[in-house]
Amino acid sequence: MHPVRKQRLIFVLFLVFFASAAAALLGFALRDNIDLFYPPSKIVAGGAPIDKQIRAGGCVLPGSIERVENSMTKHFIVTDGAANLSVTTDVILPDLFKEGESAVLTGKLNGDGVFVATQVLAKHDETYMPPEVADNLQNPEEHVKTCKGLNYGS
Amino acid sequence: MVPELGHFALLIALCLAVGVAVVPMVGSYTGNTLLMQSGRSMAVGLFLFALFSFLCLVWAFTHDDFSVAYVASNSNSLLPIYYKLTATWGGHEGSLLLWILMSCCWLLAVSFFARSLPMVIHSRVLAIMGWTAVGILLFTIFTSNPFERILPGSPAEGSDLNPLLQDVGFIIHPPMLYIGFSGFSVAFAFAITALLSGHLDSAWARWSRPWTNIAWGFLTLGIGLGSWWAYYELGWGFWWGWDPTENNSLIPWLTATALVHSLAVTEKRGLFKTWTILLAIATFCLILLGTFITRSGVVNSVHAFANDPERGAFLLGYIVVVATFSLLLYALKAPSVASLSAFRLSARETFMLSNNILLTILMATVLLGTIYPMISEGFGWGTVSVGAPYFNFFWVLLVVPLCMLMGASSLSQWKQTSAGIYKKYLKLPVLISLVVAIIFPFIYGDSYRIGGAVTAFVVTWIVAATISGLLRQTRNAPSFWAGLRQLKLGYYSMSVAHLGVALLFLGAGLTSIYDNERNLILQPGASQELFGYHWRFGGVQEVRGPNYLAEEGQVWVSRGDRVLAELAPQKRYYLSGAMVTTEAAIQGNLWRDLYVSLGEATEPRSAGGWVITVYVKPFIAFIWMGIILMSAGGLMALFDKRYRYAQARKDASDQAGSASALGQATS
Repeated sequence: MHPVRKQRLIFVLFLVFFASAAAALLGFALRDNIDLFYPPSKIVAGGAPIDKQIRAGGCVLPGSIERVENSMTKHFIVTDGAANLSVTTDVILPDLFKEGESAVLTGKLNGDGVFVATQVLAKHDETYMPPEVADNLQNPEEHVKTCKGLNYGS
Repeated sequence: MVPELGHFALLIALCLAVGVAVVPMVGSYTGNTLLMQSGRSMAVGLFLFALFSFLCLVWAFTHDDFSVAYVASNSNSLLPIYYKLTATWGGHEGSLLLWILMSCCWLLAVSFFARSLPMVIHSRVLAIMGWTAVGILLFTIFTSNPFERILPGSPAEGSDLNPLLQDVGFIIHPPMLYIGFSGFSVAFAFAITALLSGHLDSAWARWSRPWTNIAWGFLTLGIGLGSWWAYYELGWGFWWGWDPTENNSLIPWLTATALVHSLAVTEKRGLFKTWTILLAIATFCLILLGTFITRSGVVNSVHAFANDPERGAFLLGYIVVVATFSLLLYALKAPSVASLSAFRLSARETFMLSNNILLTILMATVLLGTIYPMISEGFGWGTVSVGAPYFNFFWVLLVVPLCMLMGASSLSQWKQTSAGIYKKYLKLPVLISLVVAIIFPFIYGDSYRIGGAVTAFVVTWIVAATISGLLRQTRNAPSFWAGLRQLKLGYYSMSVAHLGVALLFLGAGLTSIYDNERNLILQPGASQELFGYHWRFGGVQEVRGPNYLAEEGQVWVSRGDRVLAELAPQKRYYLSGAMVTTEAAIQGNLWRDLYVSLGEATEPRSAGGWVITVYVKPFIAFIWMGIILMSAGGLMALFDKRYRYAQARKDASDQAGSASALGQATS
């Protein structure tokens, strides 16, 4: 074969082989590692799978944080204004975690409807809020974009 | 008054950037030497006005001018002076100004150091770089003016620099990163110029290569510093978290790495020409895309900038313009620069091709994982996040073969390489790596870990094959050391960078595999044996810093009778706002870091007990050493003969100008 053609053939074979292997693996890897986000009202209504890794989030209900004595276990409630989700976790809560502020959780829902979080993320300032929490806040008042404006119903 | 001067200087800089972008380009098409040469003086002016504008912002910070909105939201009168200086790039607007300044440094450097290029080419390169400067200047002036005032009713006190950024790692990380990012506008400009001129010879590659290598070196260093900062400042004990912001610097780094290799082939063999151009364009566009993702708020990142849809729209528009223009030009002109040449499967070209394909796939996987949440949201498939296992899976899968090929490539030659050479020089490295791989997991760690064996194999392989390559290169010299002195700079920089990869692989692999992490509940005076160390907790006391109050824990780590470290992790409460940060305490040596961070006080509070996270991070220092070696390999291009030639021709007045430019770039 002509060297130029041979070189092109090698190139094309390389490309086809790697590209198809990559595409197959991409689909495979993505399918297993995507964590879907569910707002509290959907989880409480039974719309989230049990014992599968998912993400949840909302505003931490003021006065709901309970720490178990001499243990790392904490219980608290996150809300989107429409429903309250009980959360329990053993991880260390981040510095920015606060009552009345937003939090995003990764973990699994157990059979009792309690969300067992293996990761807790919090980030807040006057204007910022995780987009998935902001998009799912439910409130009678219009345009509530931060936890500050949320009516906790108490 | 000073902020207004800064703003005014920025506007003049924009005018000059438009001048650089248009005048030399017109000159290059009309053959007007005067117009072509005017690019250089305008580049000097552009740099000076950008520098002045930047210094005005620094002035506003050091003088606590809180009537400037950006200063008010990123500084505080209690802030120590060195953090006031670095707060200049602590937020969105100021970091853009830093980026502008770095772009102007590169423009100035190209205008002085690339003068032995044909004048037409030189003026076009300058013009394209001028256009990239125009883009970022427009973006800053119209959507992110750092000099905007709050008048009337300016605040008496600023709301403080984000405490996480009040740190030495942050002082140097952004400048390095921005030098790297803006440096790829040089490679981009060279690529567009080649397309415009319709021919691309090895002289072209020879010219753009050192610039690209230097930019790559800075980008590597910038990403590494960011990783180091996250490791000790965030208090989570990890050095890479696959956060979108981190990924956005890694994605262009991957194409840039491919570009560095592809350019070598284009220079030495005149091959991969159009591919090289495509990589240069892709790197530049991916840097813009990363900027868009980080600064428009489309992803939920741990450290995203403040969000503003208007900025996102502008950046998206800018990316569309740049990508459309360059890809259209590419489609029209690429066939005219395409290369025709042959090589054998055993030749170095094959290794470079595999390197490029693997790096491109790696880039695609990281890119997909980073933007998948956006795709999913856009198509209504739900709000998702892509977990770290996805990224880790692909990295292990692709980086192992990449590193294996990298080792073998040090024995390869251009055009063709006889199998005998590989056999002769790789037999021993294969044997050594196999032996090390089998033995290592037995003598290290508590149980046999297959990952440990793989890491040991790959690392030994890279080191042994690289040394073997050096032995072959020096085989005709009287001695190994004499031969080393005669080696070309290019071979040195390659070997140093590849050894850097080996160290990085060693650190990253062993840290992830033999990682030890545990949360302990400790009452004051209590102690615990863990990971082969004795951890004793002395309790927590209040301490006061310049602008914060802190709870400081005392932890003694000992082994046998010997106290190895007295660690004082802190939880800081900043006085200016509600911010709390965790300051980890680290005692490190070459083989391991002892890392302690304060978690939270346990109930009942009166007992004084705390949750403390302890980590033993094996071999993590190798990650930082590896990154330093890698960027050193890239930065060796600074000593390239091609620059010395240019330097020798310079007259005295030019030297003064470039000295100040270099001083600025390194300060």
